[in-house]
Amino acid sequence: MEKSAVFNGKLLPYLLLVPQLIITFVFFYWPASQAVWQSFLREDAFGLRSEFIGLENYQALFAQPEYYAAMLTTLVFSTLVAVLSLSIALLFATQADKNLKAAPVYKTFMIWPYAVAPAVAGVLWFFMFHPSLGTLARPLRWMGFDWNPVLNGNHAMMLVVMAAVWKQISYNFLFFLAGLQSIPKSVIEAGAIDGAGPMRRFWTIVFPLLSPTTFFLLVVNVVYVFFDTFGIIDAVTGGGPAGATTTMVYKVYADGRLGGDLGGSAAQSVVLMVIVIALTAIQFRYVERKVQY
Amino acid sequence: MMLRHFGLATTLAATFALASPAHAVTELQWWHAMTGGNNDVVNKLAADFNASQSDYKVVPSFKGGYADTMNAGIAAFRAGNAPHIMQVFEVGTATMMSATGAIKPVYQLMKDAGEPFDPKAYLPTITGYYSTSKGEMLSFPFNSSSTVMWINKDELKKAGIAAIPKTWPEVFDAAKKLKAAGHATCGFSNAWASWVHIEQFSAWHNVPIGTKSNGLDGFDTELKFNSPLHVKHLQNLIDLQKDKTYDYGGRANAGEARFGSGECAIFLTSSGYYGTAKGTAKFDFTSAPMPYYPDVAGAPQNSIIGGASLWVMGGKKPEEYKGVAKFFAFLSDTDRQAKLHQESGYLPITKAAYEKTKASGFYEKNPVLETPLKELTNKEPTANSRGLRFGNMVQMRDLWAEEMEAALAGKKTAKEALDAAVARGNAVLRTFEKTAK
Repeated sequence: MEKSAVFNGKLLPYLLLVPQLIITFVFFYWPASQAVWQSFLREDAFGLRSEFIGLENYQALFAQPEYYAAMLTTLVFSTLVAVLSLSIALLFATQADKNLKAAPVYKTFMIWPYAVAPAVAGVLWFFMFHPSLGTLARPLRWMGFDWNPVLNGNHAMMLVVMAAVWKQISYNFLFFLAGLQSIPKSVIEAGAIDGAGPMRRFWTIVFPLLSPTTFFLLVVNVVYVFFDTFGIIDAVTGGGPAGATTTMVYKVYADGRLGGDLGGSAAQSVVLMVIVIALTAIQFRYVERKVQY
Repeated sequence: MMLRHFGLATTLAATFALASPAHAVTELQWWHAMTGGNNDVVNKLAADFNASQSDYKVVPSFKGGYADTMNAGIAAFRAGNAPHIMQVFEVGTATMMSATGAIKPVYQLMKDAGEPFDPKAYLPTITGYYSTSKGEMLSFPFNSSSTVMWINKDELKKAGIAAIPKTWPEVFDAAKKLKAAGHATCGFSNAWASWVHIEQFSAWHNVPIGTKSNGLDGFDTELKFNSPLHVKHLQNLIDLQKDKTYDYGGRANAGEARFGSGECAIFLTSSGYYGTAKGTAKFDFTSAPMPYYPDVAGAPQNSIIGGASLWVMGGKKPEEYKGVAKFFAFLSDTDRQAKLHQESGYLPITKAAYEKTKASGFYEKNPVLETPLKELTNKEPTANSRGLRFGNMVQMRDLWAEEMEAALAGKKTAKEALDAAVARGNAVLRTFEKTAK
């Protein structure tokens, strides 16, 4: 009864793998190896002179108190963004999953922000919350709240977190909604008949069945906050005030592209790469155990 | 039949195409960072030059803000596609200067092309910034500005302030009066914090920003702006920030809108803000010289310039350089410079253009535009006020702004912040020195 195809040729499977391997090599391994190589060099901005200096860039990096500050900022920022964007998206998705008349409209509106470029999103939030220009900052001030993200680090952090979360909710929403809709209604109805309330049904039936989606989104979101948020930070705060919103990836961008320090910037991106690989490994090793497929 | 006609047409077209190389137009790429009204000025200059002769065609392209344009140019150079002319803001000067081989010095360009060129015809306060210590002009000054104090005359009158404040204590006093008269969120403010409160502040008071004539005499320079005078000034700002008599407005020129909207009635920023102020301010405004501390001997000295210059990139063909040289000669024309200055608000780059504007009585009607010129030529420049040239200055300015923000937010004392700004800046300078050998 069992149908299985057996290919005896050794060549064919490898041949079929080749396109994928080439793409992975060209778009990941080659640039990554370039970054590693560059982190051992001292180069001027124009690339006219370069000199091999071994680990000097790394030594300089770890001697900077600002780098540790950026690590801490990254931790705070990524935790806040991942937790908020996942939980808010889940809440919205459960609401959109209900039988509403306007559900399609609602869903379309929810997905739109994803189409906005990070820098545009950043500028949008910047203008809404600029202490003296902002349309939303003025009401805050009238209420007696001394809103000042250009000088208060916590306010600035709130602002970039909001912008980054807002940008990511759509993506998470889409996956959560798809996940919710694939859960068989009969299971939930059975729970309801057994007398479980909505909250209990959600936490004992729905959420466990959503765990593969949640896990996937967790990995994607961590990568998002680590790598894709510098456009938002650049447009909203420029890493300020006083470095309060300078995350590790923003520092890579600021030192390398804006500052012209390519060696130091490359060393930072290598460190960042190692951290993200480690984080992803930990997620797969420990968090994935709790996932029920 | 149709086919035959088509064939004929293509033959004819080919003949014309073959005939045209006798009049080949050499295209010259010009990358710039000018927006709004100044973008129109750039396009008009290029169009006028293209119409004035038939051998060369200058093609301007907008590449984003100053830092973006510079980065785009550097990336293009690395990819072997650099433009012929690149507009670089003044703080990028050291980076461009040290890129031997990547750039073609302007004095060399003019000499090779045999274009008439007299470096003495240009305002020395401007060209000093872009010349070697031997006086060789490396880039062509294009749009230059300086820091001035913008004043909302209507609001000053309402607050009962009779005269425009001249010294810092007078500014603080006026700001307190303005605050009492209803400007609760801003007595005075500024844009470009490190440019205004560190770089210009130092030149204006004749104190060094760094050693070696602020880096003009060599890259092995050390920063010096943590002197007691600097500490005192920053401490004053910290104290006034507490009740918003002074209110920091954010990085770069983000805060400028606070002057135009009337929120801040005293505001320090570039004289190049003129065009925007003219368009947005619905009140009577003027510009005044930067304030100074009267107890500093000899203050005020003279201010230094901001703005940008045009760099010629290396590795291009001789006939292309000829075109660039012609274009620069075209830009130096007295009438053209005078007009450019009067329309854009940027400084005239030649002495003749300045004299002409003065003689025409323009400044009597528009004193706003003479303030930066008076500041720049207030006294003979000294080693501390000739200009500055520090490597990786773009990155350093951000570090300095960070430390000032920490101080204004009350996280560091003025001394701690300035010491840290100097130490971090020196580390950047040492890295640059090693790459710029």
